[in-house]
Amino acid sequence: MLQTLLSLDNVSKAFDGKPVLAALDLDICDGEFLTLLGPSGCGKTTLLRIMAGFEQPDTGSLTLAGEDLTRLPPERRPLNTVFQNYALFPHMSVYDNVAYGLKMEKRPREEIHKRVMEVLEMVQLQNFARRKPHQLSGGQQQRVAIARAVVKRPRLLLLDEPLSALDYKLRRTMQGELKRLQRELGITFVFVTHDQEEALSMSDRVVVLRDGEIQQLGTPREVYERPANLFTARFVGETNFFPGRITSVEAARLRVDVMGLERTLQLPRFEVSEGESVNVLLRPEDIRVLGPDDPQGLPGKVIERNYKGSTLDSVIELADGTQVLASEFFDEDDPAFDYNLGEPVRVSWVDGWEWLLPEESVAAAPGDVDEDG
Amino acid sequence: MRMASGLQQPFRNAVLILVWSWLLLLVLVPNLLVIAASVMTRDAGSFLSLPLTLDAYRQLLNPLYLEVFLQSLYMAVMTTLVCLLIGYPFAWSLSLMGPRARILLIFLLIVPFWTNSLVRTYALKLILATNGLLNQGLMNLGLINEPLRLLYTEGAVIIGLVYLLLPFMILPLYSVFEDLRKELLMASHDLGAGPLATFVHVIIPLTLPGILAGVMLVLLPAMGLFFVPDILGGSRNLLVGNVIKNQFLDARNWPFGAAASIFLTLAMAFLMFAHRLSKRRIGEEGA
Repeated sequence: MLQTLLSLDNVSKAFDGKPVLAALDLDICDGEFLTLLGPSGCGKTTLLRIMAGFEQPDTGSLTLAGEDLTRLPPERRPLNTVFQNYALFPHMSVYDNVAYGLKMEKRPREEIHKRVMEVLEMVQLQNFARRKPHQLSGGQQQRVAIARAVVKRPRLLLLDEPLSALDYKLRRTMQGELKRLQRELGITFVFVTHDQEEALSMSDRVVVLRDGEIQQLGTPREVYERPANLFTARFVGETNFFPGRITSVEAARLRVDVMGLERTLQLPRFEVSEGESVNVLLRPEDIRVLGPDDPQGLPGKVIERNYKGSTLDSVIELADGTQVLASEFFDEDDPAFDYNLGEPVRVSWVDGWEWLLPEESVAAAPGDVDEDG
Repeated sequence: MRMASGLQQPFRNAVLILVWSWLLLLVLVPNLLVIAASVMTRDAGSFLSLPLTLDAYRQLLNPLYLEVFLQSLYMAVMTTLVCLLIGYPFAWSLSLMGPRARILLIFLLIVPFWTNSLVRTYALKLILATNGLLNQGLMNLGLINEPLRLLYTEGAVIIGLVYLLLPFMILPLYSVFEDLRKELLMASHDLGAGPLATFVHVIIPLTLPGILAGVMLVLLPAMGLFFVPDILGGSRNLLVGNVIKNQFLDARNWPFGAAASIFLTLAMAFLMFAHRLSKRRIGEEGA
């Protein structure tokens, strides 16, 4: 197991009596890419600010490699931040922005020059050293902000939604850049985002936050394939929920009645008993769309077809009005693949691809997610 | 749309003509007259006469006037420094306050403008006088036994100038502090700068346009507000403004008064140039 670099113990924070973080424990491993993921107002930015030292936690402590950080001001913490809107000093050139942190450490001039030029080369801005921030594009400013933070060789780099101001294509490029930088530098990254796709593709581990509480902590795959609760399931990726009722519990199996369909499912991790209600979760890519005469599956009709290039996404409305999202890979050799709008079909899945969650109130699921954090 | 712009066109022209004739009649022409007066010869009967001469400018170099100028500059610089020392923290804290407190304080800052500054200077005289409110208050408190001589001193003039000019320092400073992004201060701390280093390397450079605008709005009037030393100062506490006023009203030396005015105008132009440069440095202008 990796060594713990930063450890948060029982950290809580309230603003004007309104709790933002509730007794939160978190261990961040040395060298990992950890993402704090959650909708706006979930406390992820506050958590980052507590790590950076801009906010004091009401309770709890922070320990970085054995050293207590809790009462240390930001300027004395061996970690640096990449701010959401870059926060570049407008009156300084790119070079002076990057050199600022080293000047504060009172490093010799030659060392500063060498390190600044090195890091500017790393972010491919060596020819922009004399420019002022306002003469750069958004992506270039972003790279200066990263260079300015990593030139100090921090133990930990905090990134507060650093890509949210960039357009989609640039964002994808910068995601790759950030991963490359993190590998090359070997610095631990704590990355805040509300974009689940970004979180899944970049992170070693993801922390799903909601109302100041950790909902789930795991690898992107765990979070996506085995969500801990309905919130995580809905927030991370698209999900179909089917209500199920347990008809019998066997040694390693479970018989569940899913909307009138008898299925044999694997035993979940939580306690189950006969007659109980469960949620059967299926990702759109796990759904199979079958012909109307197929003996298995739930009957419904196609109400939406979206061609996505590599996949074909469809929405199927079941008899009771439930909408099911299905995402299928193209199979040009299959003549039955394409369905017309309104055509009756059946939806099913391969047993074992489902994920069971205990019954919980549906109100606990998130509504729409704001774009800003 | 087309109709609206059709209606707007004459209105637009009228406004432009109004503004330009205003500038022409009340700014350009008077200034040209001042320049013309400054290169003419003094005349007892009709104030000005030919031939053209630079005598007035030569007179500016007279050690006597140099002394007045230096004394005036000294008081103006002191006034500006005091205004800066009070105005800077004031504007900074103002920018950190809630919107309600902010509006109230700015309102209080502007209220004195509703009273003529001459009247307010007389009011200040009542406070600073030997039997004035300040001396009586201090004596009642037992802090002093006999009244302090406050009036007709250099200090009184500086107090008067600070009192009249402080809002002109605070308002431009407040506007730059309002634009100062908090993340920049956070970024500075994050990169290892303590409060002092952040103040020197980030806050001062970013508020420099406000400092210079404030200095510009205080320093030059502080050399020209002649009625303040007239009311509060002694015979030696003269401003350049007093010299100019005296040349026109008492000494009847218009060319010299005009030359002194031009000198003040040039000093202002220089400060405005410095202000522009500082703004360009932090990238507010240009591409």
